[in-house]
Amino acid sequence: MKGNEAIAEAAIRAGVDAYFGYPITPQSEILEYLMEANPYEKTGMVVLQAESEPAAINMVYGGAACGKKVMTSSSSPGISLMQEGISYIAGAELPCLIVNVVRGGPGLGTIQPSQSDYFQACKGGGHGDYRLLVLAPASVQEMADFVELAFDLAFKYRNPVMILSDGAIGQMMEKVYLKPYREREKNLPEWATTGKPPTRKRNIITSLNLDPYLHEQHNQKIQAKYREMEKNEVRFEEFQTDDAEYLLVAYGTSARVCQKAVQLARTEGIKAGLLRPITLYPFPAERINELAGKMKHIISVEMSAGQMVEDVRLAVNGKTAVTHFGRMGGVIPTPEEVVDNLKSEIK
Amino acid sequence: MKVVTGDKEIIKPENLVYKRSGLLTDTPFSYCPGCGHGTAHRILAEVIEEENLQSVTVGVCPVGCSVLMYDFLDIDMQEAAHGRAPALATAIKRLLPDRFVFTYQGDGDLAAIGTAETIHACNRGENILIIFINNGIYGMTGGQMAPTTLPGMISTTSPYGRDIKVMGNPLKITEMVAMLPGTCYVTRQSVHTPAAVRKTKKAMKKAVEYQKKNMGTCFIEIVSNCPSGWRMTPVQANKWMEENMFRYFPPGDIKVPASQPEETKTDNE
Repeated sequence: MKGNEAIAEAAIRAGVDAYFGYPITPQSEILEYLMEANPYEKTGMVVLQAESEPAAINMVYGGAACGKKVMTSSSSPGISLMQEGISYIAGAELPCLIVNVVRGGPGLGTIQPSQSDYFQACKGGGHGDYRLLVLAPASVQEMADFVELAFDLAFKYRNPVMILSDGAIGQMMEKVYLKPYREREKNLPEWATTGKPPTRKRNIITSLNLDPYLHEQHNQKIQAKYREMEKNEVRFEEFQTDDAEYLLVAYGTSARVCQKAVQLARTEGIKAGLLRPITLYPFPAERINELAGKMKHIISVEMSAGQMVEDVRLAVNGKTAVTHFGRMGGVIPTPEEVVDNLKSEIK
Repeated sequence: MKVVTGDKEIIKPENLVYKRSGLLTDTPFSYCPGCGHGTAHRILAEVIEEENLQSVTVGVCPVGCSVLMYDFLDIDMQEAAHGRAPALATAIKRLLPDRFVFTYQGDGDLAAIGTAETIHACNRGENILIIFINNGIYGMTGGQMAPTTLPGMISTTSPYGRDIKVMGNPLKITEMVAMLPGTCYVTRQSVHTPAAVRKTKKAMKKAVEYQKKNMGTCFIEIVSNCPSGWRMTPVQANKWMEENMFRYFPPGDIKVPASQPEETKTDNE
């Protein structure tokens, strides 16, 4: 099945309570699949086409504030429209899943795959000091698997989680192993706004604090949460790094290209390896720093003008040279291009 | 207000005709003297209490003067981004269909930045109550022109009066939502006299009944004042409201359900 369909089917199976979305290429299959599957009949999952992305993300806020597992999906221009809501969700500490099937920007850009939303996803996006926990799938299987993982993490930290995919993984078809159906959660968290019984105080979901000192405390609390994530949730995968002298760092579609590039380089006697961050925030900085000690050169390969490369450089902290290679505007680099770039860097 | 032990000695239970709603918290209202928000909050609290809805009510606050509404009412509430309250309420009601869900929004929130969310929630016929406080001005930010500011009316961003050729006309959004098949009850009320307060409270009770029966969106506009923003005394403001706001926004029912449900026929007001 397609990557987008895998997300939709996995959402039904993971016992997600609601999906709110608005059509945009290249991810409309998620909403279409859910509408056709009619999960309300099967599991009670609510699926609603909103009037806009701002409405969709605010429906997510409303549903998440009831303690429910709620998600949305969109692609780059639509995710830009959601930034207000995402900031409020992060501020109000609500768990939810946001899927971005990235296309090339800026502006209306192109409908072809891109990775040019890394900054937006990993560095905030909306206003205020906040972070999303960002998962980067590199296969249709991971598109499916990360839905459940995302909700587990979202509820663990009461924080929005983003699956940062791209048009290639959204549209490509691969074999997927799907998990069995999981019942929708019946017990709602104690902080949820569900109507105040006499047995507890009223629950209020808000991101507002007019007192700056209280608001600083609130900020410190959410920052502490991010430090916890950095300690516990870093995920990555390595390919042929044991004896590598040259390291490629790439996620998502670029990581698939780079895996092939590593194989190609090795046939030419160049000892290349690949580190694929699975969580983009928190970033596998510690491991990259460790590996940097034995690398002659590191290239951050991205379908962008070079965004993740900034985090790679920070991680490497001057231990070795770091450069960027990538294509923009919806063009996917070929493994040969990556190898050529590597050769030109090490010449 | 705490019930003082002495109260019972002063007021005999049989003589008690009015008391403060138990759903109002001890937090003093942050509203200016003469403002309609306090009264609107109070009667909403009374309706929720009298209808025994506290344990099933989820309310949504707007951005505007009533942004801190959750401090004043002892119910579960969510704070929405500016204008997005109907989107939140849509999700709440769909995920918790047996709850009583309402939004409380001002004119800037509902009829400017939140126009799309308002229209589409009403058009989908979400089973929610939208309470719309219309005082023709942005109160919290200091008296700027609102979508419902009257022609010629002075505000800080229309200092020479609202020129409709340049700034457009006041938006009659209540009449607009009444045209949509999704709304079941659309009414315009006020809270500036005891009679008006009783009518508005009655409208809220009707909305509660209609929501229980899943009849569609209920929309109650409360034409209100803003003594601070209008630069008037409370008394002047209410007089000005009657003479000017009511001409453009006449109080009364705009849309009522075709057949009144049985329960609401016996009105014990």
